Parts: sequence; C-alpha cells; structure tokens
Amino acid sequence: MTGRIAIEARGLSRSFGALKAVDQLDLTVPEGCIYGFLGPNGSGKSTTIRMLCGLLTPSAGTARVLGCEVPAEAETLKRKLGYMTQRFSLYEDLTVSENLYFLGAVYSLQGEALDAHIERQLERFELTDRAAQVAGTMSGGQRQRLALAAATLHDPELLFLDEPTSAVDPESRREFWDHLFEMVDHGTTILVSTHFMDEAERCHRLAILDQGRLVADGVPDDLMRDVGATVIEILSEHSRAVRDAIIGSTGVWHVAQLGNKLHALLDPELADPETRLLPIVHVVDGTARIHRVSANLEDVFVMATTGAPGA
Amino acid sequence: MRNSLGRVRAVAAKEFRHLQRDRLSRAMILGIPLVMTLLFGYAINHDVRHLSAGVVDEAQTSQSRQLLASLQATRVVDIVERFDNVGALTEALSRGAISVGVFVPADFERRFVRRDQPLVQLLIDGSDPVVQSVARSLAQMPNAALGTSAPGFELRVLYNPERRSPVFIVPGICGVILNLTMVLFTAVAIVRERERGNMELLITTPIRGLELMIGKIVPYMLVGYVQATIIIVLGAWLFDVPIRGSIGEFYVGIGLFVISTLTLGLVISTLATNQFQAFQLTFMSFLPQLLLSGFMFPFEGMPLPAQWLAELFPLTHFLRIVRGIVLRGADLSLLWQDVWPLGVFFVVFLMLATLRFRKRLD
Repeated sequence: MTGRIAIEARGLSRSFGALKAVDQLDLTVPEGCIYGFLGPNGSGKSTTIRMLCGLLTPSAGTARVLGCEVPAEAETLKRKLGYMTQRFSLYEDLTVSENLYFLGAVYSLQGEALDAHIERQLERFELTDRAAQVAGTMSGGQRQRLALAAATLHDPELLFLDEPTSAVDPESRREFWDHLFEMVDHGTTILVSTHFMDEAERCHRLAILDQGRLVADGVPDDLMRDVGATVIEILSEHSRAVRDAIIGSTGVWHVAQLGNKLHALLDPELADPETRLLPIVHVVDGTARIHRVSANLEDVFVMATTGAPGA
Repeated sequence: MRNSLGRVRAVAAKEFRHLQRDRLSRAMILGIPLVMTLLFGYAINHDVRHLSAGVVDEAQTSQSRQLLASLQATRVVDIVERFDNVGALTEALSRGAISVGVFVPADFERRFVRRDQPLVQLLIDGSDPVVQSVARSLAQMPNAALGTSAPGFELRVLYNPERRSPVFIVPGICGVILNLTMVLFTAVAIVRERERGNMELLITTPIRGLELMIGKIVPYMLVGYVQATIIIVLGAWLFDVPIRGSIGEFYVGIGLFVISTLTLGLVISTLATNQFQAFQLTFMSFLPQLLLSGFMFPFEGMPLPAQWLAELFPLTHFLRIVRGIVLRGADLSLLWQDVWPLGVFFVVFLMLATLRFRKRLD
C-alpha cells in the first residue's frame, strides 16, 4: 500500500423514489489494496459502485475517485477504471478475442500494443485455447475469467468488481482471488463487493453495508477481534431445539445455526458464560458440547447489522 | 481524433460481426428486397395475357364480329362469356368473373359510318392497375384493325380513375424497403445493448456518444447499398425498369436517404426502453410515411396539410429523387430541393440521438 487514497466519499447518498438505496456513506479506500463491500442483496453495494464509476448521480454527498470528482469528471476517470458488472456484460455473439479487440480499441489501444495486451490477457486468464470461441457458449467460470480479462485489458489503476464470483464454483473462485492478489501486487486498487464471508475475509479492508448504511469498516482481523460480543459455539445433534432453548435467556443476543453447530453471541459483560449456558443446553441435549471461540466475519456481520440490544 | 476514429471503427466492426452472426438479420438484408421486389414485380408485369372478357354484342353485324375476332386475336383478352345486356355485363365485372367488358352498341354500323362517336365501349375493372393500363392500350387497337381513323373504343374505368405507371413502383419499393429495414436495424441497436446488459460496460468505457452513433450506422450503410442494388438489378432484369439518370447520382441519393433513416432509427432507439417498444415506434413512424409519401397515393391528390406533413418524411423526398433520376433521367442539381432536406434530417437526427444518449444509468 502506498498510503495514498484511491477513493474518498463523504455523505454519499442515493435515493430511488422513496427508497434510500445508499444513505450517508463515508468511505476511504487506500491505494493498492483489496477493499471489500460485504452486505446482503439490496444493501446498496451495486448502487455505491455505480456512483463511484460515475454511472449514477448521487442524490447527496461527494466522491473523489483517483483524484476525479464524480460524476463531474467521470469521463476522465473512465480511462483509468476497470469495471466488472454483476451481470455478464460482454457480447455473447462475439468470440473471446473479438470482445477483447473491441474493448481494447475503445480504450485506444492500437496495432501491436493491442495485440500484445490481448495475448497477455489470454495467457494470464488461460483463455488462449478459447480465443475463437463465442462468449455465449462458455461456462460460468470461463465467462468470469473473460470478464476480468476484459476489465483489466487496459491496465486500469482501479478495478471495481460487483459480486464477481456469484456464478462460479469454489475452484474458480480461488483462482479468481489469486488473480486479484497478483494485480494488487502490481499496484492496482480493487474494490470488490460480495456476500460470501470467506471472500470478505480475504480483503485487506472491509466495509459492511446494510440497508444502504455503512455499519462497520476496518481490517477483517480487527473487526473480528473487536466484535463486541462473546461468541459461544455449541455442538449438538439437536441444535435446533437447543437454539430454541437458549434464545431469550439473559445476555443471549443472537443465535445462528450452521448445520449441527450453533454460534451464540452473548453480552461480553456476562461473567462465565459457558457455565451459565451449559445447564440450559443440557436440558435439551445432555451430550451437547459447548466452548468459547473467537468471532468470525459472520458474527461481525450479525453484530453490525442487528447490534447489541439496547445499544 | 485518431483515438476517436479508432473507437468508431471498433464499434462499426463489432456491429458488423453482430450482423454476421444473426441469421435473422442476414435473412432480412437479402430476403426483404428479393421477396418484396418479386411480389410487387408480378403486380407490375407488363406482359399481361389472357384477361377474361365478357361481351355484349347488340349490333350482331359482320363488322362487329370481325372486331371481336381481332380483339380475341391479340390474346390479351379471352372472350369467355357473352351477355344479353349491359346490366349482366357489369354484374359479372363486379363479381370479378371477368375483368374486361366489351359493349358493342346496336348502332355500331351507323357509328362506323358517321365516325362521330366511339364505336365500342370497354368496361374495365379499374381496381386492378395492371388490367387498367393494359386495357388502355387495347383501346387504341380497333382503328388499325378496321382500317379507319374513327375514335375506336370509349374507355370507362369503373373503380379507380387514377392511372398509375407500373415502372413507378420499383423505385418506390426501393425507398419503402430501405426505410423499413434501415430504421429497424438501428432502432434496436442501442436498446438491444441495454436489454442484454452490455450497456453498463459500454458506458463505463471512454467511448463518446457521437462515436458510438457513427460506429453503429456505418455497417448498415453498406447493407442499404446492398439492398438498393438488389432491388434495382431485379427491377431492370425482370421488369425492365430503366435507369435513365446516372448510377453514381442514384447511389449518392441512396446514401443520403440511408443515413437519414439510420439516424431516425437511432433516435427511436434512445426513446424505447425495450426492443418491442423499438419495433412499435418503428412501425408508428413507417405507416404514415408509407401512406403519405406518394408511394401509395399520388402526392398531388392529398389535402394540403397532409402534403405539409409529408414534407417532414425522408421517404417523400427520396421518392422524388429516385423517381427523378431513375425514370426521368434528372440529375441531383435539378432535385436539389429534395436533396438538402435529407441532409438536414441526417444532421438533426444524429444530434438528437447523440444528445439523448447518456452515459449514465439514472
């Protein structure tokens, strides 16, 4: 990281009629990092990205991206920007190389420079064998690689990725993230939105969005450490019954189920939480095991979106 | 500027590939002019033979029989039925059983001698312009056949008094087909990118509105020339439609008309929110042009307000240009008052489309 700021937004808001899609968002994204937007569908991730690209006019607030005011200086910004839309937005009736040639020319790459860039991208994203294939006939993972190849063809300083991995298998996702880390090493700043916790965890910094508001931001480890709750994991064959038994007990804020595992978020003020919970749990399931764990991003997300009662 | 040209070329190349890959579009380029010209071509076929005719011969003299025999000998008409009176004859005409009625009056001999009245009356189903024009030439016949200079046939056209030259139609077809296909191609060009999700990517690139618009019309100009050539070649080859003026000027006229209709399509594309709406708007713009441009009905016969409205359509001006060049052998300088409006349409539509195209999603 260079210490310089790639994106700076203050009070950024956008309404669609009565709906406040993005509400008073303050954002600082340093250069040369992967910055994650974590949030459920409809939390305002895409709307924020579109405002930062200059595609949507903010209802209020200001944003400065790579030194350009958006949307006023959006056209200058667009030369330095790569954007991978949520929906596959390349031409399905064109081949891989035709798509890349088109975009390269639109970014004013010409002649040998264009050929060299395309060859590099095809190799980097393992598309060389598919150069002559029509994009519409490719699999989800291949399309995603093509979309990333297209978005980075002109070596953008800043890359926006809107839920780039929603349509691909875990193997492709891992490779995809390898590409992202490689680009960051070369100085690219990446802003990626996701609703996958494991992806969010890979980001250098993270902003958690809920209903258009920024509810938490920071380094993932710090966010997990400073979750503001005690996390108790309960392993039980009857986790659903156990959940019903402990929910509503004093100091129990939230219980989430993950298969036969439960994550209970408790008031950190509560002394000796394991011994307090154990008798309640054992009434339902005598074999259940219970122990304290450190918070994961799911817990951070739950705490950030539902918060401590009365807080 | 160099970058700008590069981007225009990139868009044009991309559009050309879309066209190549889309079987329906390809079929439209070749199929519409072929089918339409052939269909209309049969309706304008000069070489009409064996029109079915009915006869009422009140004279029943050797001379009247000789006249009818020479009429039959032309093979243009086949006398299929004889009637007792004119009422039965016109009834058969209106039923459609015959398309030509021949009435020889009882005083045929007297008329032949006195030579002050037409000898014979021809009744024609004028609702069919082909029959009408053929029958008109028939009307000139019996004088020669009977070796007299008397007025021969008196012609009464029953349903469609206006006369229309068949060679009038092929140049018109050229305008109508180009108008429809050109507007359709570009009307869907931008809205399709929006529907398929390409637009969000495209507007995040440095491309400018004008570059996109020009890039999108270039491939279709070629398409327009291909279509015009098909129509004119078919017209000349199958239907003997002459090109009396210069081919070069004909193509200049085509080019002007094509770019003005392509940009009209672009305007429609920025107005429509989906492809279906683009189709609807295209037909809404097409029908008044078809009806008022002078293709379907003679321009001079229309009420003045309709004529003023028609001056706002590219097709109206193109029809005058193309008929001028193809049929009358006029050159473009003579047709200047119809050339400049097409240029104005192009510039205005291009500006409108460019201004209406926003690189924003809101």
